[in-house]
Amino acid sequence: MKRIFLCVVLALVSVSITSNAYPAVTVKVDGSSTVYPITEAVAEEFQGAEKGKTRVTVGISGTGGGFKKLCNGESDIADASRPIKPSEVELCKKKGIEYIELPVAYDGLAIMVNPKNNWVDHITVKELKKLWEPAAQGKIKKWNQIRPNWPNKEIHLFGAGVDSGTYDYFTEAIVGTEHASRGDYTSSEDDNVLVQGIATDVLALGFTGVAYYEHNKESLKLVPVDDGNVSNGRGPVLPTYENVTKSLYQPLSRPLFIYVNKKSSERPEVMRFVEFYLKNAAELTREVGYISLPDRAYDLALKRFADRRTGSIFGGHGSQVGVKIEELLQKK
Amino acid sequence: MSKQIRRLKERLIEGALLLSALFSIFITAGIIAVLFFETFEFFKEVSIIEFLTDTQWTPLFAEKHFGILPLFAGTLLTTLIAVIVAIPIGLTSAIYLSEYASDRVRTAVKPALEILAAIPTVVYGYFALLLVTPALQMIFPDLSGFNALSPGIVMGIMIIPIISSLSEDAMHAVPMGLREGAYALGSTRLQVATRVVVPAAFSGIAASFILGISRAVGETMIVAIAAGQQPRLTMNPFVPVETVTAYIVQVSLGDTPTGTIEYRTIFAVGISLFVVTFGLNMISYWLRKRFREEY
Amino acid sequence: MNRNKLSKWFDSSFYIIGFASTLIGLAILAVLIIDILIDGAGRLGWQFFTSYPSRKPEAAGILSAWIGTVWIMVLTALLAVPLGIMAAIQLEEYSKKSWLTNLIEINIANLAGVPSIIYGLLGLGLFVRVMSLERSVISGAATLAILVLPIVILSTREAIRAIPFSIREASYALGATKWQTIRHQVLPAALPGIMTGIILAMSRAVGETAPLITIGALTYVAFLPASPITYEFPFISFQGLFDPFTVLPIQIFNWVSRPQKGFFADAAAGIIVLLIITFLMNAIAVWIRHKHSKKIRW
Repeated sequence: MKRIFLCVVLALVSVSITSNAYPAVTVKVDGSSTVYPITEAVAEEFQGAEKGKTRVTVGISGTGGGFKKLCNGESDIADASRPIKPSEVELCKKKGIEYIELPVAYDGLAIMVNPKNNWVDHITVKELKKLWEPAAQGKIKKWNQIRPNWPNKEIHLFGAGVDSGTYDYFTEAIVGTEHASRGDYTSSEDDNVLVQGIATDVLALGFTGVAYYEHNKESLKLVPVDDGNVSNGRGPVLPTYENVTKSLYQPLSRPLFIYVNKKSSERPEVMRFVEFYLKNAAELTREVGYISLPDRAYDLALKRFADRRTGSIFGGHGSQVGVKIEELLQKK
Repeated sequence: MSKQIRRLKERLIEGALLLSALFSIFITAGIIAVLFFETFEFFKEVSIIEFLTDTQWTPLFAEKHFGILPLFAGTLLTTLIAVIVAIPIGLTSAIYLSEYASDRVRTAVKPALEILAAIPTVVYGYFALLLVTPALQMIFPDLSGFNALSPGIVMGIMIIPIISSLSEDAMHAVPMGLREGAYALGSTRLQVATRVVVPAAFSGIAASFILGISRAVGETMIVAIAAGQQPRLTMNPFVPVETVTAYIVQVSLGDTPTGTIEYRTIFAVGISLFVVTFGLNMISYWLRKRFREEY
Repeated sequence: MNRNKLSKWFDSSFYIIGFASTLIGLAILAVLIIDILIDGAGRLGWQFFTSYPSRKPEAAGILSAWIGTVWIMVLTALLAVPLGIMAAIQLEEYSKKSWLTNLIEINIANLAGVPSIIYGLLGLGLFVRVMSLERSVISGAATLAILVLPIVILSTREAIRAIPFSIREASYALGATKWQTIRHQVLPAALPGIMTGIILAMSRAVGETAPLITIGALTYVAFLPASPITYEFPFISFQGLFDPFTVLPIQIFNWVSRPQKGFFADAAAGIIVLLIITFLMNAIAVWIRHKHSKKIRW
């Protein structure tokens, strides 16, 4: 009996010694899985720099889920791959939460297929719409229904889930109406699941933030997109760093954000985290595979945060297609 | 200590003991209450007919469908494959251990088989996704990375001990007299095993099958990792599907806010799962009791 | 004559078939373990055990995961063991055969077969939401405690049942009350069996993933729950109980879900650790059972 008791005490003591002995403070972030790689990198570097004094938790409930948490006061920061939309503005207003909108990066939404897929060399926006619009549910099931010279085989679709900002943006940009799409595909708020699916299925096609392509290049094949609009690049365009920065990859280029709860920003640890984020975003964004904003933009964002300017420069209307980086800067 | 105080202490202890025993009922009551309450709220918004008969599960999309059939199809498909793997192997193994193997072999092998059951399911999930699926893709090049075949096979391996162990116990309990009679009539060992012992132990063996099925139906991690997240009403084992349990995990990973219809869907499917496994377990329990009574 | 020969042939070939099917499962297990060792052994080391998870596979480690596992196990045991033993004592020593006892017994047998994710839903609905304990260590431990309770009860009952009645009679003859008999005679004698049951229950708990995911154990946790011993007054803190956490199987799940090949090695290494813990616990339980079954001479 005594021996057991001693063992338990020993276990507790060892746990205590290894756990933090100082009460630590926590910054809660939740939201988009597109923005997640950036926030994860920032959180990791930040916690290292703070030597355990501050903790950061990062969830991936999707942009919609992240906003719900933010506006319910359950999180400090929301990762978002689209601007805040009317219903979320309402919710925040109702709960008395003010938010500070900060752009952190640019993304070129990537359309991908399996590397062994040798029939897709490019895809047009019209074809994407035919594939993903609500009318396609249950009807468009084979590759050759999209383009006649593609194989007569099943097409397996992988895409963002409905709580994902990527989903909102994609439907807005491709189908034309936010939140309108077919429902019979593998949907997940976790882009890793989508990458795994596409990488292991010859008949797959899917879309995620471009960082997930960059990190899994050997397992995926990127498909250039043709939007039929000559003014921003003739023919099919790939989401490379140059193309996105020069606004040539349309309509699938979009800004990524974090939204900070104004009251939370008054806590020193949140303030330090956000400042760290914006100061290191240029480098970390590129490291994880996204397109960083110009340095001017980050300076302006820092100033916006220092001034605690609330509200959205997008008017709270949700996804907007074709926002160019210069526009973003001017709106500041 | 005076007699009264001692008696009072005893009474208190006895009360505490009784409460502890009753606690298990509170647990079941709690499960049913929680599931029931959220499901009740769910069915205020969705008709039960639609839930049971609609062939699409798209609760979160613009065009909402709340038919649980695709999820159940995924569960059924993976369970079926698991059972096809586990029953022949498990039963054959049980016959061998009960009727053929020497005591030494049996005492060595039985605990080794139990190891299969003790392995955490997340390990089996890893195995299914990273070993079995690529291996199968060499045989079937069209096999999707997420499919029902791979987790089905791995689940089958996981439940072999359940079937083998319980069937073997059931067969072991058959009185020697029955076997001896058959031997006396000139039967081979295999004939004795298959024509006398197995039928005699049938309810125990059937109970083990049903318990294995129940375990496969309720399995979560293996299918969450390897079967996919696409609810699809199909019997094709080569494509991504989604089981009831994997759906609950998918939604929980996103940590949905309370009170939304999304949150409630996991309880609605949860209660369906509970009902099915409860039913299977009850049948198995009844079968085992009946078998026990016969001797 | 032909049929007889055929049946004889079947009979002798069955030795091989039967033996083979018995070993198939084990053979596949061996393949699995060898594969995992190949994939993961390279990652094991001091760095792996003392690092937090990271976006870079080479830098990732299981620190938050294994500490979380220890927290959860200790708390689960603290909750489930007293409750389970008390319930078992009640059912074995005190309860008379009645409809209530029958109901309780069927209930416990049934709970043992409920899929673990249902316990997760119970934990989510009850501990996380209704009791507002949030996705914390205490919610996780409470959920797992309920899950392993049937195992503890069943094995304790068996252990108590194995004690011959003569021991109790002798105790009564010396004037002891029922509770004194239980506390000083029956329980100590049943202790090895009870220990075995507890260890088996804990080895089940250590590998449970689904219920903890359902109550919201996060997959990215790069910190530890607050220590119960602090440097400031009053030197004891329960803050840690309410902190977010992760455990080893969930960390493995997170790494398996990441497509980068580097993370598979991390997952495999984590699995090696998890398997070692599980096998060790099972081995200890079997050893205790074996050692004490030899000693007892009633």
